[in-house]
This record gives sequence, structure tokens and C-alpha cells, in this order.
Amino acid sequence: MTAISSINPGLILILGALPALLLPLVIRRLYILALPIVGFMLVHQLEPGTLVTMEAFGMTLEPLQVDRLSLVWGYIFNIAAFLGLLFAWHERDILQQVSALVYAGAAIAAVFAGDLVTLFVFWELTGVSSVFLIWASRTPEAYRCGMRYLVIQVTSGVILLAGAIIWYADTGSIDFGHIGIDSMAGKLILVAFGIKCAFPLLHNWLQDAYPQATVTGTVILSAFTTKLAVYALARGFAGTEALIYIGATMTAFPIFYAVIENDLRRVLAYSLNNQLGFMVVGVGVGTELALNGTAAHAFSHILYKALLFMSMGAVLFRTGTCKGSELGGLYKSMPLTTGFCIIGAASISAFPLFSGFISKSMILTAVAEEHRWFIWGTLLFASAGVFHHSGIKIPYFAFFAHDSGRRVKEAPWHMLLAMGLTAFLCIFIGVYPTALYDILPYAVDYKPYTSYHVVQQLQLLMFSALAFTVLMLTRIYPPELRSTNLDTDWFYRVAGPFVVGRLVQGLAAIGTAIETSLTKVAVDTITVIRRHHGPEGFMAKTLHLSSMVFWVVAALAFVLILDFARGV
Amino acid sequence: MSEDQEQGNSARRYWLDDQKNVRKIIIALFIVCGLLFLADGFYEKHSHFGFEDVFGFYAIYGFVMCVALVIAAKVMRIFLMRDEDYYDRDQ
Repeated sequence: MTAISSINPGLILILGALPALLLPLVIRRLYILALPIVGFMLVHQLEPGTLVTMEAFGMTLEPLQVDRLSLVWGYIFNIAAFLGLLFAWHERDILQQVSALVYAGAAIAAVFAGDLVTLFVFWELTGVSSVFLIWASRTPEAYRCGMRYLVIQVTSGVILLAGAIIWYADTGSIDFGHIGIDSMAGKLILVAFGIKCAFPLLHNWLQDAYPQATVTGTVILSAFTTKLAVYALARGFAGTEALIYIGATMTAFPIFYAVIENDLRRVLAYSLNNQLGFMVVGVGVGTELALNGTAAHAFSHILYKALLFMSMGAVLFRTGTCKGSELGGLYKSMPLTTGFCIIGAASISAFPLFSGFISKSMILTAVAEEHRWFIWGTLLFASAGVFHHSGIKIPYFAFFAHDSGRRVKEAPWHMLLAMGLTAFLCIFIGVYPTALYDILPYAVDYKPYTSYHVVQQLQLLMFSALAFTVLMLTRIYPPELRSTNLDTDWFYRVAGPFVVGRLVQGLAAIGTAIETSLTKVAVDTITVIRRHHGPEGFMAKTLHLSSMVFWVVAALAFVLILDFARGV
Repeated sequence: MSEDQEQGNSARRYWLDDQKNVRKIIIALFIVCGLLFLADGFYEKHSHFGFEDVFGFYAIYGFVMCVALVIAAKVMRIFLMRDEDYYDRDQ
């Protein structure tokens, strides 16, 4: 094994970010674009089965472990980093450039981590480095949002560490292989992965944080954290039944929110959540076809999601807003961005000839082969729904609908180039799926382009479009309104502070009451003591000497009488 | 829309600005949907579940579920929708 093939490719981006701090702007832009290309080539020459170990603290660390599963993520993470950084070419903010590199590098390094301790280190680094992409918006809301994001990300890491420690105590190994949910350690690690994977009820950091990041930050953020979690689930929890139900829930419920959400980047965050659900179901089913489907869908999803976030980023960059209620008619001034957005929309909706079609269908087929009709029906509903809100709503309200009268410039050249390359890849994978199928973890025996599959998918999608049209024409479709929709973040942003506030108030009231009553008892006691023992008190009275003598004599006389009485 | 802000390329009439053309697109969509529905009789299905064999199952399912989705989401607005600055008030 050569020295170069024993390096974790993630380190190229992480360590490469440091010299970027010293470079002047123009060279820095070229330099940071070159890093993911080097990273990609490094991944490309890795051999499946490679394992690098080192001894530390009495444990065997595995900083590099390569198999066909991790390679898929290694490729796509480098591609996503390159495209995201190209989209961000105009960015002068060195903070964003460096944190994007470290973040992407940490995600790649985590994918090639062979043990839970190495995984933990890079797992936390993804959270800590990515928060700067949110803070870089430099608004008070973004600052508070970044704090919420950071707390949740770090918590995920801490739970992962706790799980890893228990796992080590139970098994004597920190190797990151199949874990399962039977043990306490397994349950903890699943929760840690579930937080980053935006499981239902643990999801809301995603919809909260991604729309708050910068124009370019959201594009970078959308690629890594959640897909790293999908990878970790595929490695540790393949075939875990519970994931099928968790995943199916994830595909369905975010789309209701997506329909009524006004911030179009938040709509995309909800549909990101929905797409993760398909991958989680694939992990839960756990067959070779299902895991291939999960890997393929993660790959194509990263591309079309980045493309959609890029097109909305370009809109935000040019118009200063991303709200459906403020936009419309932009196809007139941003025709190329419109075209790229529609390609992204067609891909996420899984139209034939686009990337989603050849990847999502693998998961649906895997579910059908297990004869889970209810899960399958849920996924089919979610497929129709995602076309409805991501495929139609996003392009329609941003670029068509009623003309907002906004006339802006087309997106800058580097954004168009990044979108163009991403759009090309979305179509390339859709037209020539073999290119993707060849790098999947298991040998692929699946044909996406059969007459029944194409016709049925077109029926599903075109009738969803028909439903949208009919609902628009009859004015039943809910209009885009400036609004906030309550989600689970309400519990920690409103209910939590309210309860804690009330609790503090209540405790303060109880404290005051206790203090008052204790004071009263003390005062009463002092009053009583004072009454008896004070200067005027009975016990403090001074007596005359004669009366003292009288009482002494009387007492003696009494004793004498008693003595006599005894003698008799 | 005020005319003074409508300068330059915006003064151009676009094909989609004409309501007649929008109607054409809608009619085309109806025709495509009709043809796709009928296409169900012309290919061999490879069904995993019995209900997939219902004529036009995918079309009906897609339409019904999307209408249900939108109506359910509209009802959710009653409970979930707040002002845009809902979370900023206490700051």
C-alpha cells in the first residue's frame, strides 16, 4: 500500500483549509476549488477493503476504512463540495470558505472512519464547522438560530459518544460495523444518528437552520450532515425494522408543511426531510436492492437538492427575498436559472430521464418485494406529494404565478456554471444510470426503464400536476401568505421558555411564601420569649430577698413534714 | 402594476403573458392526462399488489392523494399558522 492511499481523503479538505487563510483572494478561490478535485482523485484510487489501523489509549483506531458503501459517499461528497464552492465563487468571506472546506472534509473523513471514536470526532467537527455558515448571515436571528443548531448538533455527538463508550464496555471493540438496536448502546447511537438524520420529532433543526444560512451556505449545508447520517444508518442499522416506519413517517408528514410554507428555501428543507425518509426506509428494508437504492438515492438527491437550493439561492441573491408571497414572474429576467430549477424539480419528482427516477424507484421496488403494501402506498403518496410541492410549487411561485414586477439581472456566471454542471449530472444519471449503478455497494440487477414503470410514473406525476391545476383554477389551493407555521421547534422556542419561566416564577413565589412564614414563626417565637424572658417578662422579674427566704423556709418545712411523715 | 417600473426587457410581451396561451397549456395537460389514463390498457403490468391492477390506479391515486394533501394542509393552517414575526416578538 502506498502512502497516499492510506490517507483519509477528508483530511485533504480539512488540512487544506488552513493554507487558504494566508492566500490572496483570487488564488484562494482557485485553490479551494482545486481541493475537492484532489479529494475526488484520492477517493478514486482507494481500494475497497483497505484498512488503516493505529493503537491509541489501548484501543484500535481505524482512521481509514474503505468499502463500496463508503466510496459512494466519498465520491458524491467531493462532487458536492466542488459544485457548492463553485456556486460560492463570488464569496469574499474567508470565514465561509474555510468553514465550508472543513465541514465538507469532516463529512468525508467521517464516511471513511472505521471506528466509533474516529466517527465521533468528525461527527462533532461537521456540527461545529457548519454553524459558521449560518452565523455568516450576520443577523441577530441567524445568531440565535445558529446557537439552537449548534446545541442540537453537539448533543447528537455527545449521545454518540455515550453510546460508543457503552458499546466498548459491552463488546470490547469500537469497530464501526453493524450495531443494531438490541443493546442500550445501539439505541443511543441510533438516537444520535437520528438527530442528524432529522427523524420525525427530532427534525426541526433542519427547517429552522437551513433557511437562515447565507445564499451559498444553504447549498453547502444541504449536502453533507443529513446524508452522512444516512450513511451511518446504512452501516450500523441496515435491516432494522423500526427504520421502515420511521422513514415512511418522514416521507409523509413534512410535505403537508411544505404545501403551506411561504419561505421557498424552507419548503426545500421540508422536501429534503421527505427525501431522507425514502433513504431511511431503504436502510430499514436492508436487502441488497434496498441498500443500493439508498446509496443511489443519496447520490442523486445530493445533486438535485443542491441544484434546487442553488436556484433559490440565486433568486435570493438577486432579489433579496425567497418568499413565495413576494416572488413571481422571474422567468422573464432569470430564464437560465428558471430552466435549471425546472431540471432540479423534474429530478426530485423522479420524472423519467432525470436522476430521481432511477434511484427512488429502487427503494419502492425493494419495499414492494417485501409486500409491505401500506409502506409502499405511503411512499407513493409522498412521491406524488413531492412533485406537488417541490416540483411544481417551487418553480411556479418563484418564476411564474402572478408577476411580482421584479426585474433583476440573471444570476452571475459562476452560479450559472455551477447550476449548469449540476443540472447536467442530474440528466446524465437519469439517461445513463449504469454510470451510477456501477459504483453501488452491490451488483445491480435492476432495470428502471421498463414500459410499465415509465407509464405508471408518468400517470402518477401528470395527475398530480392535474390536481394542482384544478386546485389553482378553483382557488382551493392555499395562497402563499406571509406567515410562520408552528413545528416542533415551538416546544423549545416558546413552550420550553414559558414553562421554565413559569417554573422559576412559581419557585420564587414558593420561596417567598416559605420565607414569609418562617419569618412569622421566628417573630412569633421571639415575641413569646420576649414576653416571658424580656425585661417586663414573668421569668425576668426580680424578687425581694425576704420573699426568697420565705419560700426557702417553706420548702424546708415541707421536706421536714415529709420526713416526719415517713418516720411515723 | 405601475408602468414606470416596467422598463427595458419587461416592456416585452411574453408568450405566457397571454391568457390564451396559458389556456392552451392547461388544455394540453388535460389531453396528456387523458391519453396516459387510456394508456393503462396498452402495456403489461408487473404488479406486486392486487390493487395496482385497477385500471388507471396510478393516475387516480396521484390525483386523489394530492387533493387530499392540499386540503389537509389547508386545514392545518388553522392550527399552525401564526404571524411572520411570531418568534421575534419576545426578543
